[in-house]
Amino acid sequence: MIEFDRVTVTYDGAAEPALRDVSFTVPEGELALVIGRTGSGKSTLLRAINGLVPHFTGGTLAGRVLVNGRDTREYRPRDLADVVGMVGQDPMAGFVTDTVEDELAYSMESLGVAPDVMRRRVEETLDLLGLADVRDRALTSLSGGQRQRTAIGAALTSHPAVLVLDEPTSALDPQAAEEVLAALQRLVHDLGVTVVMAEHRLERVIQYADRVVEVPGGSAAVSTGLPAEQMVTAPVAPPVVELGRLAGWSPLPLSVRDARRAAVALRSRLHESAPLRPAVVAGAELARCKDLVVGYGNITALRGVSLSINAGEVVALMGRNGAGKSTLLNALVGVVPVRSGTAEAAGADPRRTKPSKLVKAVGLVPQEPADLLYAATVAEECAGADSDFRVPAGSCRALLRRLAPDIDERMHPRDLSEGQRLCLALAVVLCGAPPLLLLDEPTRGLDYGAKRRLVAILRELAAAGHAVVLSTHDVEMVAEVATRVLVLAEGELVSDGETATVIAGSPAFAPQVAKILAPLPFLTVGEVATALERAS
Amino acid sequence: MRTVHHLTLPRGLHPGAWWLWALCMAVAASRTRNPVLLVLILAVTGFVVSARRSDAPWAHSYAAFLKLGLVVIGVRVVLQALLSTRSQGTTVLFTLPQIPLPDWANGVKLGGEVTAEALVTALYDGGQLAVMLCCIGAANALASPRRLLKSLPGALYEMGVACVVALTFAPQLVTDARRIRAARRLRGRTRGSFRTTAMPVLEGALDRSVELAAAMDSRGYGRTAQVPRRQRRITGVCVLLGLLGILLGVYALLTDAMAFPLAAATLAVGLLLAVGAMGVGRQRVTRTRYRPDPWALPEWLVVGAGAVAAGAMITAAVRGVDGLVLAGPLVVPPVPVLPVIGILVGLAPAAAAPPLAPRRELVVA
Repeated sequence: MIEFDRVTVTYDGAAEPALRDVSFTVPEGELALVIGRTGSGKSTLLRAINGLVPHFTGGTLAGRVLVNGRDTREYRPRDLADVVGMVGQDPMAGFVTDTVEDELAYSMESLGVAPDVMRRRVEETLDLLGLADVRDRALTSLSGGQRQRTAIGAALTSHPAVLVLDEPTSALDPQAAEEVLAALQRLVHDLGVTVVMAEHRLERVIQYADRVVEVPGGSAAVSTGLPAEQMVTAPVAPPVVELGRLAGWSPLPLSVRDARRAAVALRSRLHESAPLRPAVVAGAELARCKDLVVGYGNITALRGVSLSINAGEVVALMGRNGAGKSTLLNALVGVVPVRSGTAEAAGADPRRTKPSKLVKAVGLVPQEPADLLYAATVAEECAGADSDFRVPAGSCRALLRRLAPDIDERMHPRDLSEGQRLCLALAVVLCGAPPLLLLDEPTRGLDYGAKRRLVAILRELAAAGHAVVLSTHDVEMVAEVATRVLVLAEGELVSDGETATVIAGSPAFAPQVAKILAPLPFLTVGEVATALERAS
Repeated sequence: MRTVHHLTLPRGLHPGAWWLWALCMAVAASRTRNPVLLVLILAVTGFVVSARRSDAPWAHSYAAFLKLGLVVIGVRVVLQALLSTRSQGTTVLFTLPQIPLPDWANGVKLGGEVTAEALVTALYDGGQLAVMLCCIGAANALASPRRLLKSLPGALYEMGVACVVALTFAPQLVTDARRIRAARRLRGRTRGSFRTTAMPVLEGALDRSVELAAAMDSRGYGRTAQVPRRQRRITGVCVLLGLLGILLGVYALLTDAMAFPLAAATLAVGLLLAVGAMGVGRQRVTRTRYRPDPWALPEWLVVGAGAVAAGAMITAAVRGVDGLVLAGPLVVPPVPVLPVIGILVGLAPAAAAPPLAPRRELVVA
């Protein structure tokens, strides 16, 4: 169905090709998963399938891409619209109309499908993706999962043979990701659609893949193979695979279910031991909320939240999209007005503190790290941060070197990869050395390597007496780094406790290792490794 | 009878029908300065709006237009009071302190005596403009602007898409600006500059436009049938000229700037040119439409009602029926029969337009 034949893509003005000598085929009806580090060329590869590379982006494509027998050199993306459905990283950015039904019909209108066929297909797609209840809703009023499903539906209505998805579950909470993946499963199994998908969150998708295409980036060759074989050596791997590698299971299990069956022996070996967790020494109180109520218009985002955060803690804030996580973080830096109750950071009301004083007490890296960045180059940004926070020149640059050593300082902040941009924003905020550090969804778009570095940095900060609060959907990250977990639902705090107690028992929030080894209290592969070492 | 012809089967009326009806009511208002007729027109449009508007966000715009109308009247009356001279009448209401003006401003008077005639004339003139504004407001409240853009002729499709995208982007820009202003606090800055506010917003908007363009391209936007370039250019020029003609004609009809036959002729030629060019332009378009708004009996009735109202007023004006223009500012306004009946026909949409489907339960996300 899809055939890449010695494809090399070089963007205009780039010294190195973004993809080098890529050859692989994806047969009809398969779900192919494209994996690789951030910035390794995954998106370029996906966009080459429907001809956006090079027709839309510019650059030179050597070699040949065949989709359903059509050569992308001769067909523009719009001429391939009836064969390839494309779903971008941010569904909201790709919506052309304003209601679900119109959006579903849009590609068919462009292709000139007959009105009665259109009507039928829209109804079918609404049912297939479970969108019938929201058919006449405005796209802006949908939840993240509904938006992603609408985007998939909009690509599907023209009945393409190939569906290409760029990170369909990255921004979604675990429940919404389940919805989307279930819908995709149905397409592959029942309708025989060929799906090509890039995703960082392998733990969610690897078990559904028929084939893995690994894009290592740089000059290394792209390799393809069956998931279980490919995962043995892949540098990016989900916890279930890492556990399998550690325990030496063969064939490598990819789903929690398979791993549980393989883990009987491991569970009995670990039976006696318990994970070693460093005791948290909670220091002085750095933030406090009491009966905090925050609302926008007639929506109440937080209803009576009370909590206290102490130095030395890493607190994970979890909950559905729209549960009030970002609002809580914003209230702690005084960006949103408080309706009633109090929010205090470093003993003062953040709304009444001068910004220049506030940043010395509390720092927030917002969901869009780019909001914090103004300068035209990374070097200028660092210099600007030094003067903003009144610290000696070069402090920000030194921090950035530690977080992300390979950033080219002459680049524009917007041209950085998402992970690099986060590191830059983090360096800017850390410049002021605020005792309380807040991070809003820091793991979006980060690969496993970048996440590992982030975890190390956060642990170091906590050890140095900072308190860190991060809102995230990434349970694996929470298991690695958090000492305490808060779960918000509908603006209320529904649980607050040690990480192990809160997430291990929850069906949605339990990390893979906890599910595999239940009822043993292990959360991460690292804990299992230490326990095995001590046992032997 | 086909179901679309039912007057009671719930569905949204074609937005074009609402606009035509509202424009007819505006034309009717433009023919008279009689306060009784103006108030009647306002009441008729207001009643139809309250009977047939949805609960969509744009449906609340009617109140904004009402307020705008009040502002228009207020400004007009205050200005008139300041600049009032005795030439309009002799009934002095009160005297404002007069500000002496230099010689070159001879003939202009600031302050001084304010006559009742001047004020009442200003009130009626302002009222006429306000009522016409409210007619436009009624169209705004009754018809979804996006659905109207969707029913543009095929040849204007690209323009329609540009407008729809702009409608989506504008609120997005406001949200972005707010977010970025908030983020400035996080850098410890109190004051913003162009660099720290406008630049990030613009950069974000540019990024989004590129994303959207890529998405539209991969969804088949811009697939067209081959048409020779010469023909494309000619159609373009014809559309432009046609629209210009329509604009001129409507302006002339509304303001008496040209003689009636000339204005009508301009309008007709403009319409012909535009319609013809669009017909030719359609050949290029291979698109189809999903659930287009039907144009059936209710639409005809609504437009017809508007046409009767406008027609009655125009006929009355041409025939010189008493009561459209008052004999003097301070007389009791008469109630002419023909125009009143005509305007009351404009009420028909309150019953002729099908009711809206009851909204499905809304879940706030």
